[in-house]
Amino acid sequence: MSLPRRIDSHDLFNAIRDGLNRIYCQPDPAVISMIRKLAIREQGHLAKDMLKAIVENADIAAREGIPCCQDTGTVVFFIEKGERAILVGGDIEDTINKVLRLGWYRLSLRRSLVEEPLFEREIIPDTVPPMIHWEVNTGNQINVTMGLKGGGAENMSRLQMMSATATVEQIKKVVVDTVVDAGGKACPPVIVGVGIGGNFESCAVMAKRALFEEMGRAHPDPRYAALEQEILTEINRWGRGVMGMGEGPSALAVHIKTAPCHIASLPLAINLDCHAHRHTSFTL
Amino acid sequence: MTIHKLTLPLPDIGHLKLQPGDKILLSGTLYTARDMAHKRLVALINSEEPLPWDLSQGAIFYCGPSPVPKGKLCGAVGPTTSARMDPFTPLLLDHGLKVMLGKGERSPEIAAAIRAHGALYIVAVGGISALLVRHVTGFEPFLWTELGAEAVYKMEVVDFPCYVTIV
Repeated sequence: MSLPRRIDSHDLFNAIRDGLNRIYCQPDPAVISMIRKLAIREQGHLAKDMLKAIVENADIAAREGIPCCQDTGTVVFFIEKGERAILVGGDIEDTINKVLRLGWYRLSLRRSLVEEPLFEREIIPDTVPPMIHWEVNTGNQINVTMGLKGGGAENMSRLQMMSATATVEQIKKVVVDTVVDAGGKACPPVIVGVGIGGNFESCAVMAKRALFEEMGRAHPDPRYAALEQEILTEINRWGRGVMGMGEGPSALAVHIKTAPCHIASLPLAINLDCHAHRHTSFTL
Repeated sequence: MTIHKLTLPLPDIGHLKLQPGDKILLSGTLYTARDMAHKRLVALINSEEPLPWDLSQGAIFYCGPSPVPKGKLCGAVGPTTSARMDPFTPLLLDHGLKVMLGKGERSPEIAAAIRAHGALYIVAVGGISALLVRHVTGFEPFLWTELGAEAVYKMEVVDFPCYVTIV
């Protein structure tokens, strides 16, 4: 059992601030390096032109501190908190909100949240609240994963309660169809997060969590790792292409996460992220 | 990939011999308008009020820019999903709209309406704001500023990179 540990809320503030300062203008370097290689190999003039623009944009955005996408998104947090990690000088949620309030103003990020979703839809000035997912463990550390999630790819995501006896092929088809149907709307080449199992809400959270895992990592179970590769190949075989223009790669990675589920159920969630894949993780 | 250098307005799109997949370096005036601005434009038309600008001049850019940082000409700009504007598009086409710039596919009905009106739908690459702002030479709030990113901004662009999708 780990010993209790004090963590200063200023350290948490600084780490979240540094994360935000980086990701708003720097998409995942692994994505950019993949796209750089794909741009060199690409035979189609149209796709090559667009892939090169994505790489060039990443260079300019990082150098000049310009948002790599005007949709600076909703902010998503996964907080894994050790029960024996004691935050002193503030609580986690307040610290996050403080960073976002300051950062949104200082970095001139877009106000992309509305307060009331159906009737007034009035814009929130500081993009607080973020979407926070909590996990508690027995350790004494705080692990934070944060991402900026644009609306276009989020809109094309899908949750489907599959039949408990659904086959691997049926699962595969729903995932592939989701990306193919999304076409250019999700800003491909996309990253595909897939949740299989759990229940209605946990499956969707798994799909989002899978997006923010290390690019191209393989599922520890070789059967799922193979499924990730098959789905990726199938999506790219359909050829919707860069920005849905019919040339070049449609997806860069498929990450599956799984969880136990009810005997009657087989929940399936597919969360897409655009090539402006903005996320980071740290541990305190 | 054929590259066309074009300046708005484009009164006769049919004569430009554009093909889907061609690249356009677009210059001229863009008016940003996304979900809320479309709702308001259509409401104006339905209540027979005059439109705030001549839709046949310039292009509508489906875009919600980020705020302008101090000392800069404009914030980050880039296309949003065009299909969300599909329900409003036929009425705007009937009222002179000629050029739409966004991202992603349109419904088959809207694609047909765009062709029937001799209009043009082009896309820009999403998520490349830092590159796109280099082609912006003018930027000002134009209408409904209380809508923030959803307000109408008037932009001047030079050689703004986009691709022909529906013509």
